[in-house]
Amino acid sequence: MKAAVRPRRPAAPALDVAALRREFPILSRKVHGKPLVYLDNAATTQKPRAVLEAVTRFSEEENANVQRAVHLLSQRATDAHEGAREKVRRFVNAREAREIVFTRGTTEAVNLVAQAWGRRHVGPGDEVLITAMEHHSNIVPWQMLRDEKGARLVVAPMDDAGDLVLPELERLLSPRTRIVAVAHVSNALGTVNRVAEIVRLAHARGVPVLVDGAQAAPHLRVDVQALDCDFYAFSGHKVYGPTGIGALYGKAALLEEMPPWQGGGDMILSVTFEKTHYNEVPHKFEAGTPNIAGAVGLGAALDWLGSAGRDAIEAHERDLLAYATDRASAVPGVRIVGTAREKAGVLSFTVEGVHPHDVGTVLDREGIAVRTGHHCAQPVMERLGIPATARASFAAYNTRDEVDALVAGLGRVREIFRR
Amino acid sequence: MTEPQAMDGLDDLGDLYGEMILDHQRRPRNFRDLPDANRRAVGHNPLCGDRIAITVRLEADSIREIGFTGDGCAISKASASIMTDAVKSRTRAEVEALYGKFHSLVTGPSTGAPGDGAALGKLAVFGGVSRFPMRVKCATLAWHTLRAALEGRGATVTTEKESS
Repeated sequence: MKAAVRPRRPAAPALDVAALRREFPILSRKVHGKPLVYLDNAATTQKPRAVLEAVTRFSEEENANVQRAVHLLSQRATDAHEGAREKVRRFVNAREAREIVFTRGTTEAVNLVAQAWGRRHVGPGDEVLITAMEHHSNIVPWQMLRDEKGARLVVAPMDDAGDLVLPELERLLSPRTRIVAVAHVSNALGTVNRVAEIVRLAHARGVPVLVDGAQAAPHLRVDVQALDCDFYAFSGHKVYGPTGIGALYGKAALLEEMPPWQGGGDMILSVTFEKTHYNEVPHKFEAGTPNIAGAVGLGAALDWLGSAGRDAIEAHERDLLAYATDRASAVPGVRIVGTAREKAGVLSFTVEGVHPHDVGTVLDREGIAVRTGHHCAQPVMERLGIPATARASFAAYNTRDEVDALVAGLGRVREIFRR
Repeated sequence: MTEPQAMDGLDDLGDLYGEMILDHQRRPRNFRDLPDANRRAVGHNPLCGDRIAITVRLEADSIREIGFTGDGCAISKASASIMTDAVKSRTRAEVEALYGKFHSLVTGPSTGAPGDGAALGKLAVFGGVSRFPMRVKCATLAWHTLRAALEGRGATVTTEKESS
């Protein structure tokens, strides 16, 4: 199979997956009496002990509110929170830490841009250009803006393999296009989009680009300066961190001219009943007490990723996806959905004559966790003319043995439905 | 793995995907739109992608004819197929009573024979569903859609929000 085997850089040191697995307590549990084979990582990843312990340690030793008091713990909590921001900056290679806004996750980050940036820059008749493979979280916030402003949502098409048709996307960049919002990696198909190229096309017309990095951050090196994107969003819980924390990267100049999004404490410098002076970027966008422990956990997750070796993880996941693609394709009746030129982390498939939900139930009884359904990307399913798929998605801790278990499970599916 | 298995997944699966259920999934009965229907409703579970349209010819408060179309998982399709057989020539009150028994069956305790086995007839093959709480909504979609049709409710119904 051609998918996902393109080597990008010299061979990384091999990942010691057995050792790495021992860092994830949940991986030793059983499901329905079988060893857990967790292949739903695109939904959320499991957490290593380093993350669980960092959150606990913070709560036990340093918990206080941030940016407020002179006492020692408040200082420690502020340092921990801002330290996590610096770790996110390094993770996406932003120029400055103030370009990192903490959010609840990717969804909130996209909403922040659609509201704070979009309300100011998108008017009646203006266009927001998205793509056919967006997750609902990169569709609905723009529809809300469209409906409020009388704008238009324009959708760049993809082909049957699940690749964006870039000449079409370029053609759809019109004088009315105000922003492009595109997934770095498709959650339903695994397609890696050529984001740098899309940014180049958009910038040539003066149009900024938001990248939904939820599915890319766990698998690929993210470099917002190399991509030159204007906004980049990702979620902590998909990169081995806690739920309820994520980040928005925004170019400083853009963030600075954006109005605040939500009002409250922390986002202000001074308040009288007549006039409020807003705080500096990024605090302007972080109203209220933030998810401090979550940020600490996210920082620990990014540290963990770094020490595990991002190149080694990328190479390992590439190998797994290629292996899984080969093995699953060889199962009679299994059809791979999404065969883009470059893929990461995701193997979507259907089994002839068996609804994905039934596939998921049989696999679950074998201890194998996969996602079934439309993966919050209904337009992708409609485009491909299928109601749903089953999706196996990989993380650093998955193994070829687990792929073998998946393939055996698919054999079981056929056995049951062939009776 | 060496430790004893608390639950044997294969027996469970055999119960869930029994022969009759697989047969009805492959060759659904009453799989058509009634041209002369006077009651109709659509059921949709968007998360699963299950979609069903039910058409009914109701005469003197009893189901004279019934058909369904749509697509979905084995459980939702087989449930619709077996249901349409089971409710023919029943009154609305009888359908309601049957639904009550069916609902208890699929949400009920996972051990022991269902007490209403005799009254349920072929519907009793759905007893295995109770051990798969995530699949109850698949089994009940056709029923909720039929009830909406009989009540003359126009809106699309879903079973994805009910707690089993």
